[in-house]
Amino acid sequence: MEIAGQNPDIISARELGVVACTRCTQVWPAGTSDCARCGSKIVARDALSLQRVWALWLIGLMCYVPANVYPMLQTRTLLSVQEDTIVGGAVELIHHGSIGVALIILIASVVIPLGKFIAIAFLAISVKRPSTVSKQHRQILYEVVEYIGRWSMIDIFVVAIMSSLVQLNALAAVNPGRASLFFALSVIFTMLSAQAFDSRMIWDLQTRRQRSDTQ
Amino acid sequence: MPDASPIPLDQLIVCTHCDAAYTLKRPSAGERARCARCGTVLITPRRKAGLQIIAISVAITILIIAATVFPFLSITAAGNTNSVSILDAALAFSDGPLLALALLTAALIIFVPLARVLLTVYVLVPIVLDRPPARRATQAFRLSEALRPWSMAEIFALGCAVALVKISDLADVAFGPAFWMFAGLVVLVVAQDNFLCRWSVWKSLDKTQTS
Ligand SMILES: [Zn+2]
Ligand SMILES: [Zn+2]
Repeated sequence: MEIAGQNPDIISARELGVVACTRCTQVWPAGTSDCARCGSKIVARDALSLQRVWALWLIGLMCYVPANVYPMLQTRTLLSVQEDTIVGGAVELIHHGSIGVALIILIASVVIPLGKFIAIAFLAISVKRPSTVSKQHRQILYEVVEYIGRWSMIDIFVVAIMSSLVQLNALAAVNPGRASLFFALSVIFTMLSAQAFDSRMIWDLQTRRQRSDTQ
Repeated sequence: MPDASPIPLDQLIVCTHCDAAYTLKRPSAGERARCARCGTVLITPRRKAGLQIIAISVAITILIIAATVFPFLSITAAGNTNSVSILDAALAFSDGPLLALALLTAALIIFVPLARVLLTVYVLVPIVLDRPPARRATQAFRLSEALRPWSMAEIFALGCAVALVKISDLADVAFGPAFWMFAGLVVLVVAQDNFLCRWSVWKSLDKTQTS
């Protein structure tokens, strides 16, 4: 597509005095309150959005703690009953030699959730304070957080599949532990937190600053 | 910088991710218009995309229903056999407070993908046939878009792979017919999502409404 005025002169809709519907992208004059095309509420910049981001972020974090403390999976065999937390289960897998699968679990259940908490917090702080990280990089970070966050749900699905499948009477049985509920809630609330973040705010501060230093 | 006032609103396209505004120029079929600032795909028209998406959607609907009913995986250990369907897997969390989790899992892997497909068909069929949009088509499409992050069939598929490795220590695992249906389903869901040009759909919903 031909872009009106390549890179340095890109103007924001806000500077043009228009506002776009975030759902259907229809453009309206600034100050329009409802999108006449799709019916969504139009918010130029949501002043409360950061508060929502932080509130959901905090709930997500609070659910993440019990998710790691309680057992995720209870495996009952003829000889023993074993309860594994998320990390414990991964360590167990490494002992059995399934390092690849252990890595998937660790990445999906530990690295991604923790990375998400840090990334969302960083983004939310960076729109209030000037940041050394470029706007492009922060936008990419946001897209990555939005895309990858859902994949944390994989551990819940693994637990679901295992506990429905491994029901062999006395021989072996796998049952879900309490952590599964907390973990699912944690994933959901961090997803909601990321969705509540208005990524247009990343660019607001920068466009203002760009005015002064012309290239 | 161009002056704001002479540009009519329907000549503008705005990136919803970074708020960059551009004057609209439709890319030809097969090309993609990306935001020059943040790289978000703005328009991605395809020839016959509507028909293709409807065909894929019908296939997805059939596969979801079949994959839910037929046995999905089965295990054997020392003479004991157990086979489950996807619905069984989703409803594994059935005791006490975990029931909420069972409903949630069922929604994420079966009902949300199914709802999105049905809504898409409902919206697209009149557009493809050049008829006025279906009743409440805009609401339907809006809902379908809002549900997008909550459709997790592909994540469930990777979850199966992980679970299989974990179980292989305990018992022998065999794939049922539904497993292969589900694998095909995941490919189709991803394809459908990539074929769909949201901008074009909204545009056609709009045009037919005002004329
Ligand atoms: Zn709209
Ligand atoms: Zn953009």
